Amino acid sequence: MNVLLTVDGLSKAYPGVIANDDVSFSIARGEVHALLGENGAGKSTLVKMIYGLVQPDSGSMTLAGAPFAPPEPRAARASGVAMVFQHFSLFEALNVAENIALGMENPPHLRDLARKITEVSEAYGLPLDPARLVGHLSAGERQRVEIIRCLLQGPKLLIMDEPTSVLTPQEVEILFATLRKLKDEGTAILYISHKLEEIRALCDSATILRRGKVVATCDPREKSARELAEMMVGKVLQQTKAAGADLGDVALEVKDLSLPPATQFGTPLRDVNFAVQRGEILGIGGVAGNGQDELLAALSGERGTREGVFLNGQPISKLGPTARRRIGILSGPEERLGHAAAPDMSLTENALLTGHVREELARNGFLNWTKTRVFAERVVNEFDVRTPGVSSVARSLSGGNLQKFVIGREVLQRPEVLIVNQPTWGVDAAAAAAIRQALLDLAGQGSAVVVISQDLDELMEISDRFAALNGGRLSDAVPAAGLTLDQIGLMLGGAHDLEPA
Amino acid sequence: MITLERRPEPSRMWQALTPVLAVVLTMIAGGLLFAALGKDPFEAIRTIFWDPLFNPQFASYSRPQLLVKAAPLILIAIGLSLGFRAGIWNIGAEGQYIIGAICGAAVGLAFYPLEAVYIFPLMVLAGALGGTLWAMIPAVLKIRFGTNEILVSLMLVYVAEQVLASMALGALRNPDGGGFPGSRNLQQYPSAANPELIAGTGAHWGVFAAFIAVIAAYVLLNKHLLGYQIKLTGQAPRAARFAGVRPNMLIALCLGISGGLAGLAGLFEVAGPAGQITIDFNSFYGFTAIIVAFLGRLHPIGILLAGLLMALTYIGGELAQFMLGIPSAAIQAFQGMLLFFLLGVDVLSNFRIRFKRKQVAS
Repeated sequence: MNVLLTVDGLSKAYPGVIANDDVSFSIARGEVHALLGENGAGKSTLVKMIYGLVQPDSGSMTLAGAPFAPPEPRAARASGVAMVFQHFSLFEALNVAENIALGMENPPHLRDLARKITEVSEAYGLPLDPARLVGHLSAGERQRVEIIRCLLQGPKLLIMDEPTSVLTPQEVEILFATLRKLKDEGTAILYISHKLEEIRALCDSATILRRGKVVATCDPREKSARELAEMMVGKVLQQTKAAGADLGDVALEVKDLSLPPATQFGTPLRDVNFAVQRGEILGIGGVAGNGQDELLAALSGERGTREGVFLNGQPISKLGPTARRRIGILSGPEERLGHAAAPDMSLTENALLTGHVREELARNGFLNWTKTRVFAERVVNEFDVRTPGVSSVARSLSGGNLQKFVIGREVLQRPEVLIVNQPTWGVDAAAAAAIRQALLDLAGQGSAVVVISQDLDELMEISDRFAALNGGRLSDAVPAAGLTLDQIGLMLGGAHDLEPA
Repeated sequence: MITLERRPEPSRMWQALTPVLAVVLTMIAGGLLFAALGKDPFEAIRTIFWDPLFNPQFASYSRPQLLVKAAPLILIAIGLSLGFRAGIWNIGAEGQYIIGAICGAAVGLAFYPLEAVYIFPLMVLAGALGGTLWAMIPAVLKIRFGTNEILVSLMLVYVAEQVLASMALGALRNPDGGGFPGSRNLQQYPSAANPELIAGTGAHWGVFAAFIAVIAAYVLLNKHLLGYQIKLTGQAPRAARFAGVRPNMLIALCLGISGGLAGLAGLFEVAGPAGQITIDFNSFYGFTAIIVAFLGRLHPIGILLAGLLMALTYIGGELAQFMLGIPSAAIQAFQGMLLFFLLGVDVLSNFRIRFKRKQVAS
């Protein structure tokens, strides 16, 4: 095999945690190699060392036969290593060509660059207009900007960190076609993901990390997704099951809801219509930035509207978050730290954040801290939140544990309607399964549940009906059972701008 | 190599210890400063921190001064700390203090020479109301037009100073004052005076008001939903909106309370220690209170201690100027050091310091 990169015994320790412990693997030219692991398994640290963002404590690397120890990303790029990050570093107010020029050492004239961008984008089947403002691009198109920025360097090794989390199924196909073309040209690709089916479809080999160590190297095409997941988590996963409740009356109804965007590049809601019955989970899919945050804000009451939201037939559009909680509409926003929870406050204080109305934690405004602590402890116990205690501050918890706390806090308040946005985003597999089960149980007890998510597998697993959010418009809800990925993809708006612009 | 390492949680021990450490560091650096000026550093530090309280020669005068000077600082700082916790920056307490004093004094003078028990309570109300209304100007502008409350409240200080001068020379000028600027002396008008209530302590009504404010703020911040919402808004504004806090209500409330308390401080000062409205009635209490609020870590008990400490450095500083001939600029630098060191060592509560050898690249 024609080995390109060899990683030999890399270790990196941060205070209190060993991120990578004696990690070794190698990638050949023309190989798509998956790096698989839960959040906190050490995938990010490992690629940061390869890309020169972090220096290893010990161990060595060789690239194309020569010792490779990039002190900074610039050196890694010079050696032919390029990386597409999960979070884009693009300026919304600049156009595509300007954004790409900003990331180059010696940018050519903008007109020449624009021509090169068009050439590369056509050669690899990634349609992109160099003159468009990045602020007007969809998430999938923004990712193309980042990919083309890398391809212009002619990389030998391309690192992709969770590239499909922002894409529709059709866009994923386009991306995979591009990656296969690169592979055929001899480019090695290091592909980081926790989406197992994708890895099985795309990758030639996989290195599985758990708690900083390599636990297995395998050919993902020979393993089932379940086997891969269990290698990743290190234990047998519990499968979620629906309680199968009878559907009741319509609880939450939204009629012709429109909402202007909160920021210049935000998405307005346009004539959104849906209804959720008691005992039902409505899944709302869509690529990030298509109005999910706005929809949650309009339903939670953070942004009041003049009309359009009804509970049990009564108009509630003008009620604020506190009044809506009183009548049983609870919600869990996507951003855990800073939105759903205050990072520097204790879990007890965070329990108060949404709990004081329904749990009667305050009388005449005076707080009952004992009762609040008991409520916080109940959330911690019933939702298996791993923490030293309820006096720990929210930011000291791992993402999965904090998310269990946030969801548990709402579920335990016996909501009539629960709306959650990205309930398992960035959460480890075991915690994600627990959260999904909690949502299913809640619906089983007769609550109406709205789950907004970009994870289609998740929505297919738990929803009774499915609707897609695209450009602030919501499709009609259809029964989720029997939907194919193609149908869902079309509902999500297909691939954005597939025809060359 | 020294590196700073973020603590997973802020250290409670260091949060309590950093103010003490800052005072010690200020004494050391201040001592060096005084030594460089050719003064005996130990004597200077002793004159500032010890003599005002315990030197038999000065203490009888300066000990009551401690409460007189600390009370307005604490009263104003308590109000400011509520807003600062919520991320609402009222920098114009000096102006609210002036307007409160003018309104309170005007009510008192309007009744002159009538003697009645209700006059002083009315003055207190007028003082609080004047300060509140003055603070509502930046509040309303911020809510309606999104203006920056820092700039508006600060600029209103200069407006208030002009109003003060106008009042001292015009509407409130003592008709029997032979044409000199300044109002009648309220201390000589029993129904409107704010006298020393316990002889030899300096404790006037404002001192009691300051203590009540400390207790009320403590209860508000620790036991009441509103205090929780104030803290939440400062720490995580988005989470606060999610929790149902109405930001505009909080802006009006925080500016209103801090303005009201500053106005009260002004009223107690003009009816008590100062006695009259004069052109230079204001004495930077409103600005110094900002330092006091931060020195006390925006915590009511901390502010109580910080106000007393600040008052002590003022009295001691004057004593040091007078006794040792230390220039007033050096005293001000000394007071500035206190805030400097406090903010500097603050990093210890969120970070720990690690010393490690620079690693040899392998």
